[in-house]
Amino acid sequence: MNYSVIKGSSYVLINAPDMIIHNGTTQTTEKLLNPESEYLKSLPDHIRSFDEVINYLPNQIYIGNHKPEELKNLEQPWLDKKTLDGSRDGRFGEIMPQDEFIGLIKIVDVFDLVKLTKEFTKDVNEKLSIHPLIKEDTVARLKEGEELIDIKNLIEKNGAEGLFHNGELVGCIKRAHDIDENLTAHVLFENLVSKASGVLSALHLIDKYDINPEEIDYVIECSEEACGDMNQRGGGNFAKAIAEFAGLANATGSDIRAFCAAPAHAIVQGASLVQAGTFKNVMIVSGGSTAKLGMNGKDHVKKGIPILEDVIGGFAMLISENDGINPILRTDIVGRHTVGTGSSPQGVISSLVTEPLDRNGLKITDIDKYSVEMQNPDITKPAGAGDVPTSNYKMIAALGVKRGELERSQLNDFIQNHGMEGWAPTQGHIPSGIPYIGFGREDILDGNINRIMIVGKGSLFLGRMTNLFDGISIVIEKNPGITKEEKSVSEEEVRLLVAEAMRDFASHLLKD
Amino acid sequence: MDLEIQGRVVDLVDKYGAENIIVLIGGAEAEAAGLAAETVTAGDPTYAGPLAGVPLGLRVYHVVEPEFKDSVDEQVYEDQISMMEMVLDVDEIISEVSTMRNEFGQFNE
Repeated sequence: MNYSVIKGSSYVLINAPDMIIHNGTTQTTEKLLNPESEYLKSLPDHIRSFDEVINYLPNQIYIGNHKPEELKNLEQPWLDKKTLDGSRDGRFGEIMPQDEFIGLIKIVDVFDLVKLTKEFTKDVNEKLSIHPLIKEDTVARLKEGEELIDIKNLIEKNGAEGLFHNGELVGCIKRAHDIDENLTAHVLFENLVSKASGVLSALHLIDKYDINPEEIDYVIECSEEACGDMNQRGGGNFAKAIAEFAGLANATGSDIRAFCAAPAHAIVQGASLVQAGTFKNVMIVSGGSTAKLGMNGKDHVKKGIPILEDVIGGFAMLISENDGINPILRTDIVGRHTVGTGSSPQGVISSLVTEPLDRNGLKITDIDKYSVEMQNPDITKPAGAGDVPTSNYKMIAALGVKRGELERSQLNDFIQNHGMEGWAPTQGHIPSGIPYIGFGREDILDGNINRIMIVGKGSLFLGRMTNLFDGISIVIEKNPGITKEEKSVSEEEVRLLVAEAMRDFASHLLKD
Repeated sequence: MDLEIQGRVVDLVDKYGAENIIVLIGGAEAEAAGLAAETVTAGDPTYAGPLAGVPLGLRVYHVVEPEFKDSVDEQVYEDQISMMEMVLDVDEIISEVSTMRNEFGQFNE
């Protein structure tokens, strides 16, 4: 089978301290219900500086500057262990500060919904002008800026949502309709954040892997937001909006939604489109969400630690035709949580992990690394949600024991050898399977490992349309090289058949 | 326990009577399971939901507790839960949930 390959993947984070306070749902809910709460009062004291965010090891791993295995030997929690060599520039992407990102939100807005003050515009213009991936004509989209008083008026009288930086009002996002709930400033804020962080991810993918953007045929966007209006609430489509700003002139695209499992669904579909020959190059891309900023903030503040959910995440990857080098996407080793699977963890893990392996004569231990829900335990443990990746590995190992593929005494060894510590921010779809693709691709190319499994899971029940859970998995494998065998054998066969026919024909002629 | 679920517990108790209800917990964390058990027996310890100050004393069990395990089909348990027994801290969960049940339960046989 001529599988598709992973050409590369990019990862970005955006440090958004003011958006934690103004846009994270834990905080906005608290403001609504308990505006005078102790939590809201003490919140600003728990927000990390950009320098702290940069020097936080899990963040440096996310953008590719450090390796996941470094976390294994580092005692948890990691939040007080600075890397010291932290950089905003990463091998896979970058960590963008909030002011530049607000500028980027303005840049990607094509409906003049984002208004920034003159002073802030000037400041951000200077910063974005030296950003290696934001071109001059793009920076020009910032324009001159507005008077602060006009922005205040839009917020107070016209339902606009404020944009804050360092505690100061620096701009706003206007509503796009007077009564349509789907075009309120709040919804547009979240959508523009998702679009801007998606664009940044796409730009890094193109840059880091020297990709010709015009060769990309199709984009699958897999975030957790929805854009549309009152007549089609989730009409779409972020994919094409991102493609436009990333310079993908020859691409179209569409959005896939499946809660946190969306990126894994997107990979399976992208791989299938390329393998089928429908498209040559498919980009998978997703921006992040502001709603989840500070989601577990109450627990973090209660435990006296900083708010660790202070970054918006994004990623992109390119799936292309088989080049004989890059790791292949095994579309024949895909696991699915089906309607009939049920919701027990045992059923879930069996359907996602062992069922596709069984179909292909593989054992649990034949997968070198599992990339599961890679949430950073620094964030989840203080919130009482435990160590999510470790729980996943324990479940896979326990299933291995039940199936007789592992001894019970080997349970911990399995977790050590086939698992990883989590380093991804809790942005829903961002930790779900995809954080390891960058390192996994390199580990396979370097010959360290042969096979990884990406496992995406999603909590569909949150949307109240079904009680069902969801998940999909796919195996990525070392490229055996393009074998021309099939083709040459068939050519040879044709030659033999022709020769035989000629002989037959000749013998008939002789007989005549 | 989230506020909406607490509301559903209240509704079910109103409809069927506290003595006719068993609450089954499937949570993976002992502490969270203990909190859920506390909520449906002694009342919501966070004083945020409909069960704040409402000591229902319901029968409450975690699915890894022997009382539940011994009363269901062995094969179903094997297929659906046995793997998780290996993963979870079963002793800790049993201790948390049974403590709440024994202390605040009003229908303990």
